Amino acid sequence: MSKPTSQPTGTGGQKYDATKRARANEWNIFAALVAIVIVFEVLNRVNGTSFLFNLRDNVPGLFNQQRLDIMILQVAITGIIALGVTQVIILGGIDLSSGSLVGATAMITMSFAQTALVNGNPNPKAVFGPEWMDLPVIIPIVVGLACGIFAGLINGMLVAYTKIPPFIATLGMMVSARGASRWWSNGTPVSFPTETYATVSNGDLLGTLTFGLLHWDGQNPAVVFVALAVLFQVIMIYTLYGKHTYAIGSNEAAARMSGINVDRHKVLVYTIAGMLAGVSAVLLTSKNLTAQAGMGMMYELDAIAMAVIGGVSLSGGRGSIVGTVLGAAIFSVIISGFTSIKLDAYYQEMVKGAIIVGAVILDQWRQKNRTRG
Amino acid sequence: MSDIILETRGLTKHYGGVQALDDANFILHAGEHVAVVGDNGAGKSTFVRQITAVEQRTAGQIFFDGKEVSHAGPLAAREAGIETVFQTLALADDLDVPSNLFLGREIFKFRLGPFSWLDRKAMRDRTMEALKTTAVKIPNVDNPIRNMSGGQRQCVAIARTAAFASKLVIMDEPTAALGVQETAQVENIIRGLKERGIPMVLVSHNLRQVFDLVDRIVVFRRGRIVASLKRDETDGNDIVSYITGVKGSADGAYA
Ligand SMILES: Nc1ncnc2c1ncn2[C@@H]1O[C@H](COP(=O)(O)OP(=O)(O)OP(=O)(O)O)[C@@H](O)[C@H]1O
Ligand SMILES: [Mg+2]
Repeated sequence: MSKPTSQPTGTGGQKYDATKRARANEWNIFAALVAIVIVFEVLNRVNGTSFLFNLRDNVPGLFNQQRLDIMILQVAITGIIALGVTQVIILGGIDLSSGSLVGATAMITMSFAQTALVNGNPNPKAVFGPEWMDLPVIIPIVVGLACGIFAGLINGMLVAYTKIPPFIATLGMMVSARGASRWWSNGTPVSFPTETYATVSNGDLLGTLTFGLLHWDGQNPAVVFVALAVLFQVIMIYTLYGKHTYAIGSNEAAARMSGINVDRHKVLVYTIAGMLAGVSAVLLTSKNLTAQAGMGMMYELDAIAMAVIGGVSLSGGRGSIVGTVLGAAIFSVIISGFTSIKLDAYYQEMVKGAIIVGAVILDQWRQKNRTRG
Repeated sequence: MSDIILETRGLTKHYGGVQALDDANFILHAGEHVAVVGDNGAGKSTFVRQITAVEQRTAGQIFFDGKEVSHAGPLAAREAGIETVFQTLALADDLDVPSNLFLGREIFKFRLGPFSWLDRKAMRDRTMEALKTTAVKIPNVDNPIRNMSGGQRQCVAIARTAAFASKLVIMDEPTAALGVQETAQVENIIRGLKERGIPMVLVSHNLRQVFDLVDRIVVFRRGRIVASLKRDETDGNDIVSYITGVKGSADGAYA
């Protein structure tokens, strides 16, 4: 029999390096982000306005702070949901319920965040009696996370143990949760939170920051988003949780044969996604100081779009949190960009739909080019 | 005291109306290498899936390492010492070689439930070692294995099994997708297992390979074991006539 003669291992032979190749993908997305910003800047300049910069003399600052603030808020609120959706998609699933979860969680959470007196008068929107008002801020936050976790747990158990497709399971949750938020609201919004609850989103966790000419205040949701993104990026790369999420999305049967408790892991991933929807709901209600039954409508699609634009493959196993963060930025820039060139909201939605489909087409095309043999 | 490492009695598996495996009585002795041969659909992979607890059997008993066992799943079987190369390979294409080698038995820096911290360097180092001892040639272990050839992927699955082999190794058509060179390499790995005294069940369609490697040949036909022959007491024609049903009734054969 032939003895193997050549060196059995080592990195010689092939010129490219997989980690670089994988990273190259994220650099591409970053490059696309920059390109899109430039396009909108140019389009604005044609009309004598600017996308990013402040052209008015009576307002200080180099940048168009108002627009930046709106974009950052949008990236943060929907982006937090997208962090969870990303993990679910990498797992090989899908989560259509996150937007409705934001709605239901917002209603319930806000009910525990109300203040007893508004300008000296009793709170006109009171949901519970006075003993349930002016609660410490930790209570509505815990309630919000618990709502998200509870719904995510149900999603996960449905997907893992009844074997119904994740699309159907989370679609059911999407409809039910929206119903729950309508039932809870009974047609009226829940408003007037305590002052401390309002500072959760509107306060300055990091104080007023100034990076050179970039100015920053009152953007706690963005701080939370960045912290969560870093946390989950690390978890996905360095921990067992991430390894198994990728493994299951890549080849569920193989993961099972390798002894991974696939069902339990699915429950965990969907639960985390639900919890992140809860976080988003808390930040959103705190920012808006009110909760309505329609809150978070269509956020699930925005979140999925962010992930897909960021290179997360709908067939599972591929993508990253960093990619989704970049995808969220691109998404937000496109939406703000269309507003800045005064494109009608109808067109915006049509374009949004096209972007989602386009990103999926791109993903399939990438996949075809990547597989060989 | 008994030197029987694996025994099945009346092992049976039905898929709905399909009797994929019927009353299989099989014995594997310590250090013995046995080939399982038979036509497509004869029930070879089904037999493997029952022993490795990927599926739960319909009826029958399995004795492993002196005890009757009823493993709850593939992890339990593996923890008991059964290492398997499945026909489907059971690899995660988007993961790199170390991640695949250690899938389901990762090494940790510290443990924290599902968020246990992976020791990626240790896994990579041990992967390199495993590949070296099995002489499997992989240009870059940090590539997701999706980008590798069918043969290389198969080698990863085989290296995984060989590296962790302890009490019993099962390979289901390990060389099916391999070229001449790679097949020779895998056969060397199998010889290495023989030298280490690790018993093995080899499912193969390649009779040349079977006669080169194993001590005994067990023939499956239509879900039943129809013959169990010492390599030195049989030949290719004999085996073929059992496979095709020219010889051997399906009744009362005992492996
Ligand atoms: N999950 C299943 N559900 C239903 N029938 C199955 C299933 N798995 C296998 N079978 C059937 O059981 C029989 C035995 O299949 P098995 O895969 O064990 O054959 P095999 O001997 O390994 O064949 P090959 O040489 O082609 O790998 C076949 O008729 C097959 O169609
Ligand atoms: Mg088979």
